[in-house]
Amino acid sequence: MSATLPTPPKVNRIGLAKTDYEGAKSTLCLGCGHDVITKQIVTAFWELGIEPRRVAKFSGIGCSSKTPAYFLNRAWGVNAVHGRMPSVATGALLANPGLIGIGVSGDGDTASIGFGQFAHLVRRNMPLVYVVENNGVYGLTKGQFSATADVGSTLKGGGANELVPLDLCGLAIELGCGFVARSFSGDMKQLQSILQAAISHRGTAVIDVISPCVTFNDHEGSTKSYKYARDHEEPLHEIGFVPFFDDTIAEIPPGEVKEVPFPDGSLVRFHTVDRDYDPTDKDQVLATLHRSRTAKEFLTGILYLEPEKPSSQPSSTPSRNPSRRWERTASVPPAKRSPRSWRSTGSAEETGEAGSPGNAWEARENGEPSR
Amino acid sequence: MSTNRSSSAAVNDFSLQVATANGSGSQTANSVLLRSIFRMGIPVSGKNLFPSNIQGLPTWFTIRASRHGYIGRRRELDVLVLMNPETAAEDALAAAPGTSVVYEKKLGVEKLRDDLLLYPVPFAELATKLPLSPDQAKLRRLLVNMIYVGVLSDLIGIDPVEIEASIRKQLAGKARAIDLNLAAVRLGREHSAEGFPEKLPQRVERMDATAGKLIIDGNSAAALGCLFGGATVCTWYPITPSSSLCESFIDLCAEHRVDPGTGRALAAIVQAEDEIASIGMVLGAGWAGARAFTATSGPGVSLMSELIGYGYYTEIPAVIFDVQRVGPSTGLPTRTMQGDILICHTNSHGDGKHPVLFPASPEECFTMAQQAFDLAERLQTPVFVLTDLDLGMNNWMSDPFPYPEAPLDRGKVLDAEGVERLKDTWGRYKDLDGDGIPWRTLPGTPHPKAAYFTRGSGHTEKAGYSEKPRDYVENMERLARKLETARGMLPKSVTEDRPGAVAGLLAFGTSHYGTTEARDFLERDHGLPLDYLRLRALPLSIETKDWIDRHQVVYVVEQNRDAQLAALLRDELPRHAARFVSVLQYDGLPLDATTVVDAVLSHRGPAGGAR
Repeated sequence: MSATLPTPPKVNRIGLAKTDYEGAKSTLCLGCGHDVITKQIVTAFWELGIEPRRVAKFSGIGCSSKTPAYFLNRAWGVNAVHGRMPSVATGALLANPGLIGIGVSGDGDTASIGFGQFAHLVRRNMPLVYVVENNGVYGLTKGQFSATADVGSTLKGGGANELVPLDLCGLAIELGCGFVARSFSGDMKQLQSILQAAISHRGTAVIDVISPCVTFNDHEGSTKSYKYARDHEEPLHEIGFVPFFDDTIAEIPPGEVKEVPFPDGSLVRFHTVDRDYDPTDKDQVLATLHRSRTAKEFLTGILYLEPEKPSSQPSSTPSRNPSRRWERTASVPPAKRSPRSWRSTGSAEETGEAGSPGNAWEARENGEPSR
Repeated sequence: MSTNRSSSAAVNDFSLQVATANGSGSQTANSVLLRSIFRMGIPVSGKNLFPSNIQGLPTWFTIRASRHGYIGRRRELDVLVLMNPETAAEDALAAAPGTSVVYEKKLGVEKLRDDLLLYPVPFAELATKLPLSPDQAKLRRLLVNMIYVGVLSDLIGIDPVEIEASIRKQLAGKARAIDLNLAAVRLGREHSAEGFPEKLPQRVERMDATAGKLIIDGNSAAALGCLFGGATVCTWYPITPSSSLCESFIDLCAEHRVDPGTGRALAAIVQAEDEIASIGMVLGAGWAGARAFTATSGPGVSLMSELIGYGYYTEIPAVIFDVQRVGPSTGLPTRTMQGDILICHTNSHGDGKHPVLFPASPEECFTMAQQAFDLAERLQTPVFVLTDLDLGMNNWMSDPFPYPEAPLDRGKVLDAEGVERLKDTWGRYKDLDGDGIPWRTLPGTPHPKAAYFTRGSGHTEKAGYSEKPRDYVENMERLARKLETARGMLPKSVTEDRPGAVAGLLAFGTSHYGTTEARDFLERDHGLPLDYLRLRALPLSIETKDWIDRHQVVYVVEQNRDAQLAALLRDELPRHAARFVSVLQYDGLPLDATTVVDAVLSHRGPAGGAR
């Protein structure tokens, strides 16, 4: 195909063009924040050079949950029922640990009807990138408040929210999540770095993205509007993500830099903006988050990072005999061959990546269904 | 001891009930009684009637010995062992005249009745003779139960050799416990031998009717079936009476699903946060290509409903065991019922019917568990296996299980070459074969056109989003076609016709036992021959419909109030609606033959003619 084109399309490290990572046309409202996030997801998978067929897309119900149809057409997707995406994703990832999971949900789907499943997914530390496209309202049912709406934020038709919002990031950290980020769909550069880092993380990665609803929650008085978010966004740091296969020496701009290595050799570089913030110091993180809630700040960035957190598959799985650890490990579908554990750190021979210490996804099975 | 000895001697044909308090440790003793009689070659069944409680509330264990091989519950009780002060008076007052009653002497049953055969035993006092230190009071209380085993051994003639063998098996490896239990049995046996020159009219004598058979509960058998059926994902939320199915599976996997080289588990088991999550995980795993199941009871099925409809509409294989208990609501959580037929067969909102299998024995729990996975993958849909508390949790005498011969049927799955071959003629929901069953691909299949998007909203043959009336109707019609295909694939009904019969009995699951016993009785004592059909699955097969066609009256026996199966039969066979006569028992106890006999006789009326 490329031979007949005047200029071959730019390809990633596995020879695929960006269009190979696209999906169906979006049916969301023009200007919806969710579409921006969809584009960033396409870019992230393309840049990381992940085979689309190895990605499993999950969602629940809501505007945000429609979006997995709009990226990675070559990947399998499950648009589940309202609030139950975490359990469906858990089952799929247990059955085929070689799949690379990404779930897209909304504030209604996650913070209300699906709150229990969200909590237990995080508690089990299932290897899933969990994106919450957070706009503070129910869009598909025409603009009711969700559980993340701020106190005092108003509805389009009037009426202010009086209930305390759920802070999904704070809750995820309390639940033991090893990767918690907050971003804004208007901050594409930051979101891109966060997504790439999240995909490279071994356990659950929760990304709460403020993603304005242009139809029902973009008015004066809303705290989830484009204007409000732009005016109030306060990045904790600048984030640079260096994937394990990138051997170019990245330019480090002046200023203080904190590097956090991932077990696979990837690296997250945090550049200080105007405050000292260590995303690996849980006490500091929780204190900062607590203060920001009181001060009504909109902090963005990777709020908390614990790359070494062991990504056990159902770590909460009990045993009748607690001395048995066998349930804690990964599973396989009925197979003739004996697959390797994706939990192993992987070796260069296994992954085919010379010199790679084993990437979070490369070290897994290749994702082919074994029957 | 009373002298009113009205019962005639019953050899290998009686029911014995032990009344104790929950948590008093009587389970081991009752199990030893059951196994000892079994080891004497006598057909036997045991039913545990227990409360929703950990300690203190009354519990009863019924053992039935039947030289005829009847292992259903018998309503009539011949021997009572009264150990529980809470219930002794009530149990004694309810006993039929002539019932043999062994009881703790302190309970004073002799003051209540003079028409029973009374055997007072000072159990607590005897227990003080056991070689235990004063701080072992708890152990002493447990061993009291073994004393009644010893007393019964003497009174009804259970060979002490078999009691010792059963204890050794039950307490394998615990030498000190074995010695103490054997001492307690001896104590009881010796006390009875000296104190009761006249034994019970109910006796056991050696037979040869249990050779080669085993004793197992339905939940363990189903777990074994899941193992042989290739299940690798089990997700569950604890609920009586289903929990032991998953717990058995955990134990089996610990032994048989571990990679010998690495020690790594080859099955994933998740105790989920609730039943909604359990079924969500099962569907996720089935979607990704694993054989996955959950086990629950009625309340769990209620919670799962939305996702079960999702599984039906998106066509994902799933196996759901519903070990039924008494509803509605919390109901009687530790009692048995066949009350979830409708909620399982027609589960979820909108249209849709699901295959339901009805095992009636541990052996069928084993075989149907395997079939359920084959059917779920072949039909690409959730499949229910409906057992109940009686089958799931009680110990049953069973034939040995057949070793599975057939390979697993993984259904219509396209690999990369298949996708390449079919090119654009394939669509995830396209009926290429005319049987309503489409072809699916599994996530990860290495072909750029293999992927599809699974959604619970309206979709086209190619799995695209659609709200078009035509797309919706065509898809629903294909799903209906798929159910028609299922009719021919499900386990066939078992029929047994008798010469001269114009009416038939129709039962399923554990209703089989009381129904077939009643059938023998009706023919023998009332000259009424009846044909019999045991339904083993829904939807109905052609053969089952034909059988109903041939009978003017069909007695439908089921353990629920609303005659749920009869309602389905009338719905499927409207022109035969009038010939179904329901026989119902729904008091939480397993169906007994007398209920069926009474219902059939009362339907026939005093003239004895068919209606």
